[in-house]
Amino acid sequence: MLQLSIFLENAKGRLAEVISLLAELKVNLRALSLADTKDYGVLRIIVDEPEATTEKLRERKVVVSLTKVWVLKVPDRAGGLAEMLNQLVQHDVVVEYMYAFVEKEHEQAQVVIRVQDQDIMEKAMQKINLPIR
Amino acid sequence: MEKQWLEGLRNTVERVLTIPYYQERFGAIGINQAEDVKSLRDFQRIPLTTKEDLRKNYPFGLFAEPMENIVRLHASSGTTGKPTVVGYTLNDIKLWAKIVASELERAGVTKQDVVQIAYGYGLFTGGMGLHYGCEELGAVVVPISGGNTARQLMLMRDFGTTVLACTPSYALYLAESLEESGISRDELKLKIGIFGAEPWTEGMREQIEARLGIKAFDIYGLSETMGPGVALECPAHQGLHIDEHFYPEILDAEGNPLPVGEQGELVLTSLDKEAFPVLRYRTKDLTTLHYGTCSCGNVGWTMERVTARVDDMLIIRGVNVFPSQVEEAILSLGEFEPHYLLVVYRVGSLDQLEVQVEVDETSFFDEVRELEGRQERLQRRIEEILGISVRIRLVEPKSIPRSEGKAVRVVDKR
Repeated sequence: MLQLSIFLENAKGRLAEVISLLAELKVNLRALSLADTKDYGVLRIIVDEPEATTEKLRERKVVVSLTKVWVLKVPDRAGGLAEMLNQLVQHDVVVEYMYAFVEKEHEQAQVVIRVQDQDIMEKAMQKINLPIR
Repeated sequence: MEKQWLEGLRNTVERVLTIPYYQERFGAIGINQAEDVKSLRDFQRIPLTTKEDLRKNYPFGLFAEPMENIVRLHASSGTTGKPTVVGYTLNDIKLWAKIVASELERAGVTKQDVVQIAYGYGLFTGGMGLHYGCEELGAVVVPISGGNTARQLMLMRDFGTTVLACTPSYALYLAESLEESGISRDELKLKIGIFGAEPWTEGMREQIEARLGIKAFDIYGLSETMGPGVALECPAHQGLHIDEHFYPEILDAEGNPLPVGEQGELVLTSLDKEAFPVLRYRTKDLTTLHYGTCSCGNVGWTMERVTARVDDMLIIRGVNVFPSQVEEAILSLGEFEPHYLLVVYRVGSLDQLEVQVEVDETSFFDEVRELEGRQERLQRRIEEILGISVRIRLVEPKSIPRSEGKAVRVVDKR
């Protein structure tokens, strides 16, 4: 799964500007997370057509990069996420960052995970057979 | 050598002594005629000429020829007051063209070349100075002037431009625009760049040479002493050869002469100019002089690249800071594009320096740690060079204004 990472300069109204631009481009945001450092922000979004959206954003001079992430379904019970993460840890997966969202249609909780090493994650996924989106 | 220099210097002393302003100033130190300058030591007693002297005599008060003999005027942009006006006789124009032509020749430009002059034309001497020099050499001149970047690139391809003349910051902008234009480098015949009119670093040269695939030559000059062509590099790139029609000196901040090889302010005296001779003119440019034989065979004065102007110097918390030092830091790490802006402001009574650099798609900003690492490395490098603390602000691509002439590197809000 490809995630769009959008660079946000630390300037008043910049987030609203970019979100409005996404609206104008009729992009449906499936998931969103905002990381902020002391000097800038990174808006991470999951959309239906990541490549096409990236192109359109670049035309409008938005700094955007595509990042490979994993979108996993979280078992719908207490401790579901902990269980999943523990399994990944057992297979040496290191998580860079993670954010959660709920898919409306099925009320299904999901997490977006960015891992440090794709190969390790792929091997882990073959072994533990977690439900992917 | 001293004898030959003295002869030229006396020539200029004689010329300026026809001007009341100089008569009065020189009379006060006992120089009433050229013969009173018996040695270089005597010469060094002559008061320095500054931009302020030119302003006081605005517009034509320091011309040594009657207006009927003047064929052209140029002027500096008077952003901080009245402009400084310079005049040329026909002989001056011809001499200027010859000087520029012989220097371009040394840099490898021939009459087979097509020279695109993207320096501004008009009162600024850059455009016309190069123009006449190229015509004298017999090269094809494309007098496009500055700006209109898309057209610059189109004509560069269609006219088969081989030599580009502009400011280094504009050359970098053209390189950047070329990469986005859809015109491939293979379609261009560009091989030489003649860049000047603003301070730049060796790192910037490497960057421009790599991105445009050319050899870049540093040209120096200022309207008060003639215009571009006072000095130009040869292919050895071991400094800029100062043309023999000028006598250079280096002074310390108090105006005392410094020995050859030490860095200070460049002071120039014209030796053969008719309409607007200048004596010991303070250029405000910081450099180092050398005298000797270059590996290209040329014998004479060379000056090191001007990386800073006295006027560009910022005093931040009592420390002298030059924009070129920041440029050097950015280029030495190679992790950000060399588009930068220094913003100086005050919090309470404390000066703060913010350096803005641009991120781009290749900056790996999704890896926050990686980008923060780059930011920290740049901060540390700049702090090492400047000796003061600095804040790095990452801004979006192309948000730092690109220059089509002289780049603006500093915003001082104090």
